[in-house]
Amino acid sequence: MIHKFEKNGVYVVLDVNSGAVHVVDEMIYTILDHYPEKGKAETITQLKEKFNENDLAEAIDEIQLLIDHEQLFSKDTYIHNLEFKNRKPVIKAMCLHIAHDCNLRCKYCFASQGDYETSDRSLMSLEVGKKALKFLVDNSGNRRNLEVDFFGGEPLMNFDVVKELVSYGRSLEPIHNKLFRFTLTTNGVLLNDEIIDYANEHMDNVVLSLDGRRDVNDFMRFTPNNKGSYDTIVPKFQKLVEKRGNKNYYVRGTFTHFNKDFAKDVLHMVDLGFKSTSVEPVVAKPEHDYALKESDLEMVFSQYDLLAEEMIKRHKTKDDFSFFHFTMDLSQGPCIVKRLSGCGAGSEYVAITPQGDIYPCHQFVGDEKFKIGSILTNEYNNHLSHEFKEAHVYNKEACKGCWAKFYCSGGCHANAYNFNNDINVPYALGCEMEKKRLESSLYIQASLMED
Amino acid sequence: MKHIKTLNKGTLKETASHAGCGECQTSCQSACKTSCTVGNQECENK
Repeated sequence: MIHKFEKNGVYVVLDVNSGAVHVVDEMIYTILDHYPEKGKAETITQLKEKFNENDLAEAIDEIQLLIDHEQLFSKDTYIHNLEFKNRKPVIKAMCLHIAHDCNLRCKYCFASQGDYETSDRSLMSLEVGKKALKFLVDNSGNRRNLEVDFFGGEPLMNFDVVKELVSYGRSLEPIHNKLFRFTLTTNGVLLNDEIIDYANEHMDNVVLSLDGRRDVNDFMRFTPNNKGSYDTIVPKFQKLVEKRGNKNYYVRGTFTHFNKDFAKDVLHMVDLGFKSTSVEPVVAKPEHDYALKESDLEMVFSQYDLLAEEMIKRHKTKDDFSFFHFTMDLSQGPCIVKRLSGCGAGSEYVAITPQGDIYPCHQFVGDEKFKIGSILTNEYNNHLSHEFKEAHVYNKEACKGCWAKFYCSGGCHANAYNFNNDINVPYALGCEMEKKRLESSLYIQASLMED
Repeated sequence: MKHIKTLNKGTLKETASHAGCGECQTSCQSACKTSCTVGNQECENK
Protein backbone atom coordinates (compact mmCIF):
# COMPACT_ATOMS: atom_id res chain seq x y z
CA MET A 1 0.00 0.00 0.00
CA ILE A 2 1.17 3.50 -0.79
CA HIS A 3 -0.17 6.94 0.03
CA LYS A 4 0.60 9.91 -2.18
CA PHE A 5 -0.27 13.57 -2.02
CA GLU A 6 0.69 16.82 -3.66
CA LYS A 7 1.03 20.18 -1.97
CA ASN A 8 2.37 23.37 -3.50
CA GLY A 9 4.11 21.43 -6.25
CA VAL A 10 5.76 19.00 -3.81
CA TYR A 11 4.83 15.39 -4.66
CA VAL A 12 5.22 12.97 -1.77
CA VAL A 13 4.85 9.18 -1.84
CA LEU A 14 4.78 7.14 1.36
CA ASP A 15 5.25 3.39 1.25
CA VAL A 16 3.04 2.46 4.17
CA ASN A 17 4.49 -0.88 5.21
CA SER A 18 8.18 -0.02 5.03
CA GLY A 19 7.83 3.62 6.09
CA ALA A 20 9.87 4.75 3.06
CA VAL A 21 9.16 8.29 1.92
CA HIS A 22 9.93 9.52 -1.59
CA VAL A 23 9.73 12.96 -3.12
CA VAL A 24 8.93 12.50 -6.80
CA ASP A 25 8.25 14.50 -9.93
CA GLU A 26 4.82 14.95 -11.46
CA MET A 27 5.38 12.16 -13.96
CA ILE A 28 6.12 9.52 -11.32
CA TYR A 29 3.17 10.80 -9.32
CA THR A 30 0.90 10.30 -12.32
CA ILE A 31 2.38 6.93 -13.29
CA LEU A 32 1.58 5.58 -9.83
CA ASP A 33 -2.12 5.88 -10.69
CA HIS A 34 -1.50 3.16 -13.29
CA TYR A 35 1.64 1.21 -12.53
CA PRO A 36 2.21 -1.49 -11.29
CA GLU A 37 -1.46 -2.47 -11.45
CA LYS A 38 -1.21 -2.09 -15.19
CA GLY A 39 1.92 -3.24 -16.96
CA LYS A 40 4.70 -1.04 -18.28
CA ALA A 41 3.53 -1.06 -21.91
CA GLU A 42 -0.07 -0.26 -21.07
CA THR A 43 0.96 2.52 -18.70
CA ILE A 44 3.13 4.11 -21.37
CA THR A 45 0.32 3.86 -23.92
CA GLN A 46 -2.09 5.58 -21.57
CA LEU A 47 0.25 8.41 -20.61
CA LYS A 48 2.26 9.04 -23.80
CA GLU A 49 0.19 12.04 -24.78
CA LYS A 50 1.12 13.77 -21.57
CA PHE A 51 4.75 12.67 -21.18
CA ASN A 52 7.64 11.63 -23.43
CA GLU A 53 7.69 7.85 -24.01
CA ASN A 54 11.37 7.42 -23.20
CA ASP A 55 10.97 9.41 -20.00
CA LEU A 56 8.01 7.28 -19.02
CA ALA A 57 9.98 4.08 -19.55
CA GLU A 58 12.87 5.42 -17.48
CA ALA A 59 10.54 6.54 -14.70
CA ILE A 60 8.78 3.18 -14.57
CA ASP A 61 12.15 1.47 -14.24
CA GLU A 62 12.91 3.69 -11.24
CA ILE A 63 9.59 2.73 -9.66
CA GLN A 64 10.27 -0.94 -10.29
CA LEU A 65 13.70 -0.66 -8.67
CA LEU A 66 12.08 0.65 -5.49
CA ILE A 67 9.48 -2.11 -5.60
CA ASP A 68 12.31 -4.66 -5.88
CA HIS A 69 14.00 -3.09 -2.87
CA GLU A 70 10.76 -3.15 -0.84
CA GLN A 71 10.53 0.61 -0.72
CA LEU A 72 7.29 0.80 -2.68
CA PHE A 73 4.27 -1.48 -2.45
CA SER A 74 6.02 -3.55 0.20
CA LYS A 75 4.00 -6.19 2.00
CA ASP A 76 2.59 -6.01 5.51
CA THR A 77 3.99 -8.99 7.36
CA TYR A 78 3.87 -7.59 10.88
CA ILE A 79 0.74 -9.29 12.12
CA HIS A 80 2.81 -12.45 12.49
CA ASN A 81 5.67 -10.66 14.27
CA LEU A 82 6.43 -12.77 17.32
CA GLU A 83 7.59 -9.85 19.46
CA PHE A 84 4.22 -8.25 18.83
CA LYS A 85 2.11 -11.37 19.25
CA ASN A 86 3.88 -12.51 22.39
CA ARG A 87 4.31 -9.19 24.11
CA LYS A 88 3.84 -9.50 27.84
CA PRO A 89 1.48 -7.30 29.81
CA VAL A 90 3.90 -4.98 31.61
CA ILE A 91 2.94 -1.58 32.93
CA LYS A 92 5.52 1.10 32.30
CA ALA A 93 3.66 4.37 32.52
CA MET A 94 1.26 5.89 34.98
CA CYS A 95 -0.93 8.95 35.06
CA LEU A 96 -1.08 9.78 38.74
CA HIS A 97 -4.18 11.77 39.63
CA ILE A 98 -2.57 13.58 42.49
CA ALA A 99 -5.55 15.93 42.92
CA HIS A 100 -9.14 15.56 41.85
CA ASP A 101 -9.64 19.23 42.48
CA CYS A 102 -8.78 22.23 40.38
CA ASN A 103 -8.43 25.98 40.80
CA LEU A 104 -9.72 26.65 37.29
CA ARG A 105 -13.12 25.85 35.83
CA CYS A 106 -12.21 25.31 32.19
CA LYS A 107 -15.36 25.01 30.16
CA TYR A 108 -14.22 22.08 28.03
CA CYS A 109 -12.57 20.06 30.80
CA PHE A 110 -13.00 16.32 30.23
CA ALA A 111 -12.34 15.88 33.95
CA SER A 112 -15.42 17.95 34.85
CA GLN A 113 -13.31 20.71 36.37
CA GLY A 114 -11.23 18.22 38.28
CA ASP A 115 -13.53 15.73 39.97
CA TYR A 116 -14.30 13.52 36.93
CA GLU A 117 -18.01 13.68 37.69
CA THR A 118 -17.48 11.92 40.99
CA SER A 119 -18.36 14.90 43.24
CA ASP A 120 -15.32 13.89 45.22
CA ARG A 121 -12.67 16.58 45.12
CA SER A 122 -10.06 14.49 46.93
CA LEU A 123 -6.34 14.92 47.01
CA MET A 124 -4.22 11.80 46.75
CA SER A 125 -2.68 10.80 50.06
CA LEU A 126 1.02 10.05 50.32
CA GLU A 127 0.14 6.48 51.22
CA VAL A 128 -1.89 5.92 48.04
CA GLY A 129 0.78 7.65 45.96
CA LYS A 130 3.51 5.41 47.34
CA LYS A 131 1.43 2.32 46.71
CA ALA A 132 0.87 3.49 43.14
CA LEU A 133 4.59 3.88 42.48
CA LYS A 134 5.30 0.51 44.05
CA PHE A 135 2.53 -1.01 41.92
CA LEU A 136 4.24 0.42 38.85
CA VAL A 137 7.61 -0.98 39.86
CA ASP A 138 6.13 -4.39 40.69
CA ASN A 139 4.28 -4.67 37.37
CA SER A 140 6.97 -3.31 35.07
CA GLY A 141 8.83 -6.55 34.45
CA ASN A 142 12.27 -5.83 33.07
CA ARG A 143 11.41 -2.33 31.79
CA ARG A 144 13.89 0.11 33.23
CA ASN A 145 12.36 3.44 32.23
CA LEU A 146 9.14 4.17 34.06
CA GLU A 147 7.03 7.24 33.47
CA VAL A 148 4.86 9.01 35.96
CA ASP A 149 2.79 12.05 35.08
CA PHE A 150 1.56 14.13 38.01
CA PHE A 151 -1.86 14.99 36.75
CA GLY A 152 -5.19 16.19 38.03
CA GLY A 153 -7.26 18.23 38.42
CA GLU A 154 -4.40 20.49 39.27
CA PRO A 155 -1.43 18.61 40.77
CA LEU A 156 0.07 21.70 42.38
CA MET A 157 -2.89 21.73 44.79
CA ASN A 158 -1.13 18.74 46.33
CA PHE A 159 2.47 19.78 45.76
CA ASP A 160 3.86 18.45 49.06
CA VAL A 161 2.76 14.95 48.09
CA VAL A 162 4.31 15.41 44.63
CA LYS A 163 7.66 16.19 46.25
CA GLU A 164 7.41 13.29 48.68
CA LEU A 165 6.58 10.91 45.84
CA VAL A 166 9.51 12.05 43.73
CA SER A 167 11.81 11.33 46.69
CA TYR A 168 10.14 7.99 47.25
CA GLY A 169 10.46 7.09 43.56
CA ARG A 170 14.14 7.97 43.61
CA SER A 171 14.62 5.72 46.63
CA LEU A 172 13.10 2.80 44.72
CA GLU A 173 15.33 3.25 41.66
CA PRO A 174 18.59 1.64 42.85
CA ILE A 175 16.80 -1.18 44.67
CA HIS A 176 14.82 -2.27 41.63
CA ASN A 177 17.10 -1.02 38.82
CA LYS A 178 14.50 1.42 37.55
CA LEU A 179 14.60 4.98 36.31
CA PHE A 180 11.59 7.19 36.94
CA ARG A 181 10.82 9.94 34.47
CA PHE A 182 8.50 12.41 36.05
CA THR A 183 6.21 14.82 34.23
CA LEU A 184 4.16 17.62 35.73
CA THR A 185 1.05 18.76 33.89
CA THR A 186 -0.10 22.06 35.34
CA ASN A 187 -2.39 25.00 34.66
CA GLY A 188 0.26 27.23 36.21
CA VAL A 189 -1.92 29.16 38.67
CA LEU A 190 0.03 28.05 41.75
CA LEU A 191 3.50 28.22 40.21
CA ASN A 192 5.96 30.26 42.26
CA ASP A 193 9.75 30.52 42.35
CA GLU A 194 10.14 27.54 44.63
CA ILE A 195 7.92 25.28 42.53
CA ILE A 196 9.48 26.48 39.28
CA ASP A 197 12.96 25.61 40.56
CA TYR A 198 11.73 22.28 41.86
CA ALA A 199 9.99 21.39 38.59
CA ASN A 200 13.04 22.36 36.56
CA GLU A 201 15.29 20.24 38.71
CA HIS A 202 13.15 17.13 39.17
CA MET A 203 10.68 16.92 36.30
CA ASP A 204 11.90 15.38 33.05
CA ASN A 205 9.04 17.07 31.27
CA VAL A 206 6.54 19.77 32.14
CA VAL A 207 3.30 20.32 30.29
CA LEU A 208 2.02 23.86 30.71
CA SER A 209 -1.61 24.46 29.80
CA LEU A 210 -2.33 27.60 27.80
CA ASP A 211 -4.68 27.98 24.85
CA GLY A 212 -2.87 30.83 23.13
CA ARG A 213 -4.13 34.38 22.76
CA ARG A 214 -5.52 36.06 25.88
CA ASP A 215 -9.14 36.22 24.73
CA VAL A 216 -9.07 32.63 23.44
CA ASN A 217 -7.49 31.32 26.63
CA ASP A 218 -9.71 33.27 28.98
CA PHE A 219 -12.88 32.31 27.14
CA MET A 220 -12.31 28.68 28.13
CA ARG A 221 -9.84 28.76 31.01
CA PHE A 222 -11.09 30.81 33.94
CA THR A 223 -11.20 30.74 37.74
CA PRO A 224 -14.25 29.78 39.82
CA ASN A 225 -14.91 33.55 39.98
CA ASN A 226 -14.96 33.78 36.18
CA LYS A 227 -11.64 35.59 35.98
CA GLY A 228 -9.45 34.70 33.03
CA SER A 229 -6.21 32.86 33.78
CA TYR A 230 -3.93 34.28 31.05
CA ASP A 231 -2.45 37.21 32.98
CA THR A 232 -1.75 35.02 36.00
CA ILE A 233 -0.11 32.12 34.23
CA VAL A 234 1.80 33.53 31.26
CA PRO A 235 4.52 35.36 33.27
CA LYS A 236 4.97 32.24 35.41
CA PHE A 237 5.29 29.98 32.38
CA GLN A 238 7.78 32.40 30.85
CA LYS A 239 9.88 32.35 33.99
CA LEU A 240 9.78 28.55 34.17
CA VAL A 241 10.76 28.11 30.53
CA GLU A 242 13.48 30.75 30.72
CA LYS A 243 15.05 28.94 33.67
CA ARG A 244 14.52 25.45 32.25
CA GLY A 245 17.48 25.34 29.89
CA ASN A 246 17.38 22.45 27.46
CA LYS A 247 15.03 20.22 29.41
CA ASN A 248 11.78 19.11 27.83
CA TYR A 249 8.61 21.10 28.15
CA TYR A 250 5.46 21.73 26.16
CA VAL A 251 3.15 24.65 26.22
CA ARG A 252 -0.02 22.82 25.43
CA GLY A 253 -3.36 24.19 24.35
CA THR A 254 -6.69 23.02 23.08
CA PHE A 255 -8.57 24.39 20.11
CA THR A 256 -12.31 24.24 19.79
CA HIS A 257 -15.08 25.29 17.43
CA PHE A 258 -14.55 28.83 18.80
CA ASN A 259 -10.89 29.19 17.84
CA LYS A 260 -10.62 27.32 14.61
CA ASP A 261 -7.97 29.88 13.65
CA PHE A 262 -5.65 28.21 16.15
CA ALA A 263 -2.51 28.76 14.07
CA LYS A 264 -2.62 32.28 15.52
CA ASP A 265 -2.61 30.75 18.99
CA VAL A 266 0.41 28.60 18.23
CA LEU A 267 2.28 31.59 16.81
CA HIS A 268 1.22 33.68 19.79
CA MET A 269 2.82 31.08 22.06
CA VAL A 270 5.99 31.34 20.00
CA ASP A 271 5.87 35.13 20.31
CA LEU A 272 5.67 34.69 24.07
CA GLY A 273 8.95 32.76 23.93
CA PHE A 274 7.56 29.23 23.96
CA LYS A 275 9.31 27.22 21.27
CA SER A 276 7.91 23.85 22.16
CA THR A 277 4.19 23.87 21.41
CA SER A 278 1.31 21.49 21.20
CA VAL A 279 -2.21 22.64 20.40
CA GLU A 280 -4.77 19.93 20.01
CA PRO A 281 -8.38 19.44 19.01
CA VAL A 282 -10.90 19.45 21.84
CA VAL A 283 -12.46 16.12 22.75
CA ALA A 284 -16.15 16.79 23.24
CA LYS A 285 -19.48 15.20 22.52
CA PRO A 286 -21.33 16.82 19.59
CA GLU A 287 -23.97 18.39 21.85
CA HIS A 288 -21.44 20.89 23.22
CA ASP A 289 -21.33 24.19 21.37
CA TYR A 290 -17.52 24.20 21.45
CA ALA A 291 -17.22 20.70 19.89
CA LEU A 292 -15.56 20.48 16.51
CA LYS A 293 -17.86 19.64 13.63
CA GLU A 294 -17.23 18.12 10.25
CA SER A 295 -17.89 21.51 8.70
CA ASP A 296 -14.93 22.88 10.71
CA LEU A 297 -12.45 20.58 9.01
CA GLU A 298 -11.67 22.84 6.06
CA MET A 299 -10.69 25.66 8.42
CA VAL A 300 -8.75 23.30 10.68
CA PHE A 301 -6.82 21.95 7.70
CA SER A 302 -6.00 25.47 6.54
CA GLN A 303 -4.47 26.13 9.96
CA TYR A 304 -2.24 23.07 9.72
CA ASP A 305 -1.20 24.29 6.25
CA LEU A 306 -0.40 27.70 7.65
CA LEU A 307 1.65 26.27 10.49
CA ALA A 308 3.56 24.02 8.10
CA GLU A 309 4.47 27.00 5.91
CA GLU A 310 5.56 28.99 8.97
CA MET A 311 7.77 26.13 10.14
CA ILE A 312 9.42 25.91 6.74
CA LYS A 313 9.89 29.67 6.59
CA ARG A 314 11.35 29.87 10.09
CA HIS A 315 13.50 26.75 9.88
CA LYS A 316 16.96 27.38 11.33
CA THR A 317 16.13 31.00 12.12
CA LYS A 318 15.85 32.50 15.59
CA ASP A 319 12.05 32.35 15.26
CA ASP A 320 11.81 28.62 14.64
CA PHE A 321 9.59 26.45 16.82
CA SER A 322 8.35 22.90 17.19
CA PHE A 323 4.78 21.72 16.98
CA PHE A 324 4.24 18.38 18.70
CA HIS A 325 2.13 16.72 16.04
CA PHE A 326 4.43 17.72 13.21
CA THR A 327 7.42 16.12 14.90
CA MET A 328 8.45 12.93 13.19
CA ASP A 329 11.85 11.29 12.98
CA LEU A 330 11.45 9.28 9.80
CA SER A 331 14.69 7.34 10.14
CA GLN A 332 14.76 6.59 13.86
CA GLY A 333 11.17 6.68 14.99
CA PRO A 334 9.47 3.97 16.97
CA CYS A 335 9.81 0.30 16.05
CA ILE A 336 6.99 -1.62 14.48
CA VAL A 337 5.95 -3.28 17.73
CA LYS A 338 5.48 0.13 19.33
CA ARG A 339 3.54 1.32 16.31
CA LEU A 340 1.26 -1.68 16.51
CA SER A 341 0.81 -1.51 20.25
CA GLY A 342 -0.45 2.08 20.11
CA CYS A 343 -0.83 4.33 23.13
CA GLY A 344 -0.80 1.36 25.49
CA ALA A 345 -3.73 2.58 27.60
CA GLY A 346 -5.08 -0.17 29.80
CA SER A 347 -2.15 -2.47 29.14
CA GLU A 348 1.15 -0.56 29.40
CA TYR A 349 -0.30 2.65 30.74
CA VAL A 350 -2.78 3.19 33.56
CA ALA A 351 -4.29 6.04 35.51
CA ILE A 352 -4.56 5.94 39.31
CA THR A 353 -7.16 8.01 41.15
CA PRO A 354 -6.79 9.56 44.62
CA GLN A 355 -8.86 6.60 45.88
CA GLY A 356 -6.37 4.13 44.44
CA ASP A 357 -8.61 2.98 41.61
CA ILE A 358 -6.98 1.85 38.37
CA TYR A 359 -8.32 2.98 34.98
CA PRO A 360 -6.99 2.40 31.44
CA CYS A 361 -6.07 6.09 31.18
CA HIS A 362 -7.01 9.51 32.50
CA GLN A 363 -9.80 9.85 29.94
CA PHE A 364 -11.73 6.88 31.33
CA VAL A 365 -11.49 7.88 34.98
CA GLY A 366 -14.89 8.11 36.63
CA ASP A 367 -16.57 5.64 34.29
CA GLU A 368 -17.05 2.59 36.51
CA LYS A 369 -17.35 0.26 33.52
CA PHE A 370 -13.71 0.92 32.83
CA LYS A 371 -12.37 0.50 36.33
CA ILE A 372 -9.65 -2.10 35.99
CA GLY A 373 -9.01 -2.58 39.67
CA SER A 374 -7.52 -1.04 42.76
CA ILE A 375 -3.99 -0.74 44.04
CA LEU A 376 -5.36 -0.91 47.58
CA THR A 377 -7.17 -4.21 47.26
CA ASN A 378 -4.90 -5.68 44.57
CA GLU A 379 -7.90 -6.40 42.33
CA TYR A 380 -6.99 -6.33 38.65
CA ASN A 381 -9.35 -7.13 35.80
CA ASN A 382 -7.09 -8.93 33.37
CA HIS A 383 -9.94 -9.40 30.94
CA LEU A 384 -10.49 -5.64 30.57
CA SER A 385 -6.78 -5.02 30.29
CA HIS A 386 -6.57 -7.68 27.58
CA GLU A 387 -9.41 -6.00 25.68
CA PHE A 388 -7.35 -2.81 25.54
CA LYS A 389 -4.21 -4.67 24.57
CA GLU A 390 -6.06 -6.24 21.67
CA ALA A 391 -7.50 -2.92 20.46
CA HIS A 392 -4.79 -2.48 17.83
CA VAL A 393 -4.86 -1.61 14.13
CA TYR A 394 -5.29 -5.17 12.91
CA ASN A 395 -8.44 -5.51 14.99
CA LYS A 396 -9.99 -2.23 13.87
CA GLU A 397 -11.84 -2.40 10.56
CA ALA A 398 -11.35 1.30 9.87
CA CYS A 399 -7.59 1.00 10.33
CA LYS A 400 -6.84 -2.06 8.24
CA GLY A 401 -6.91 -0.20 4.93
CA CYS A 402 -5.71 3.15 6.27
CA TRP A 403 -2.32 4.53 5.20
CA ALA A 404 -1.82 6.30 8.53
CA LYS A 405 -2.16 3.22 10.73
CA PHE A 406 1.54 2.96 11.62
CA TYR A 407 1.68 6.62 12.69
CA CYS A 408 -1.45 7.08 14.78
CA SER A 409 -1.52 3.38 15.71
CA GLY A 410 -5.27 3.29 15.83
CA GLY A 411 -5.83 6.57 17.61
CA CYS A 412 -7.17 7.35 21.06
CA HIS A 413 -9.34 4.65 22.67
CA ALA A 414 -11.22 7.24 24.71
CA ASN A 415 -12.13 9.22 21.62
CA ALA A 416 -13.32 6.02 19.97
CA TYR A 417 -15.45 5.12 22.97
CA ASN A 418 -16.82 8.64 23.46
CA PHE A 419 -18.04 8.89 19.90
CA ASN A 420 -18.79 5.30 18.93
CA ASN A 421 -19.25 3.45 22.21
CA ASP A 422 -16.58 1.04 21.08
CA ILE A 423 -12.83 1.28 21.60
CA ASN A 424 -12.35 -0.55 18.30
CA VAL A 425 -14.17 2.03 16.19
CA PRO A 426 -11.97 5.12 15.76
CA TYR A 427 -13.27 8.68 15.97
CA ALA A 428 -13.57 9.59 12.30
CA LEU A 429 -13.10 13.36 12.64
CA GLY A 430 -9.96 12.72 14.69
CA CYS A 431 -8.68 10.40 11.95
CA GLU A 432 -9.09 13.11 9.32
CA MET A 433 -7.18 15.63 11.44
CA GLU A 434 -4.48 13.09 12.19
CA LYS A 435 -3.98 12.31 8.51
CA LYS A 436 -3.73 16.01 7.74
CA ARG A 437 -1.10 16.47 10.45
CA LEU A 438 0.92 13.54 9.11
CA GLU A 439 0.79 14.92 5.58
CA SER A 440 1.87 18.30 6.94
CA SER A 441 4.79 16.70 8.71
CA LEU A 442 5.89 14.84 5.57
CA TYR A 443 5.44 17.98 3.49
CA ILE A 444 7.68 19.98 5.85
CA GLN A 445 10.42 17.37 5.67
CA ALA A 446 10.11 17.06 1.89
CA SER A 447 10.29 20.84 1.52
CA LEU A 448 13.37 21.08 3.70
CA MET A 449 15.07 18.16 2.01
CA GLU A 450 18.47 19.08 0.67
CA ASP A 451 18.99 18.61 -3.04
CA MET B 1 17.60 8.35 -9.68
CA LYS B 2 16.39 11.10 -11.89
CA HIS B 3 12.74 11.25 -11.01
CA ILE B 4 12.68 10.08 -7.39
CA LYS B 5 14.47 11.44 -4.35
CA THR B 6 14.20 9.17 -1.38
CA LEU B 7 13.72 11.12 1.81
CA ASN B 8 13.82 7.99 3.89
CA LYS B 9 14.45 4.39 2.90
CA GLY B 10 12.03 3.02 5.45
CA THR B 11 13.21 1.08 8.44
CA LEU B 12 10.02 -0.49 9.71
CA LYS B 13 10.89 -3.93 8.41
CA GLU B 14 14.37 -3.72 9.91
CA THR B 15 12.94 -2.74 13.29
CA ALA B 16 10.79 -5.85 13.26
CA SER B 17 13.81 -8.03 13.95
CA HIS B 18 14.91 -6.22 17.11
CA ALA B 19 11.68 -4.59 18.17
CA GLY B 20 9.68 -4.26 21.30
CA CYS B 21 12.16 -3.41 24.05
CA GLY B 22 9.43 -1.17 25.42
CA GLU B 23 11.76 1.42 26.92
CA CYS B 24 10.32 4.27 24.86
CA GLN B 25 7.95 6.89 26.11
CA THR B 26 4.23 6.24 26.21
CA SER B 27 2.78 8.57 23.61
CA CYS B 28 0.07 10.04 25.79
CA GLN B 29 2.58 10.93 28.50
CA SER B 30 4.52 13.31 26.32
CA ALA B 31 2.21 16.16 25.54
CA CYS B 32 -1.01 15.13 23.98
CA LYS B 33 -3.30 13.50 26.52
CA THR B 34 -6.10 13.49 23.96
CA SER B 35 -4.97 12.83 20.42
CA CYS B 36 -2.82 9.78 20.13
CA THR B 37 0.10 9.84 17.73
CA VAL B 38 2.79 7.22 18.04
CA GLY B 39 4.86 8.01 14.95
CA ASN B 40 6.30 11.10 16.58
CA GLN B 41 7.82 9.26 19.53
CA GLU B 42 11.52 8.52 19.78
CA CYS B 43 13.13 5.11 19.85
CA GLU B 44 15.29 4.55 22.94
CA ASN B 45 17.11 1.65 21.34
CA LYS B 46 18.56 3.30 18.25
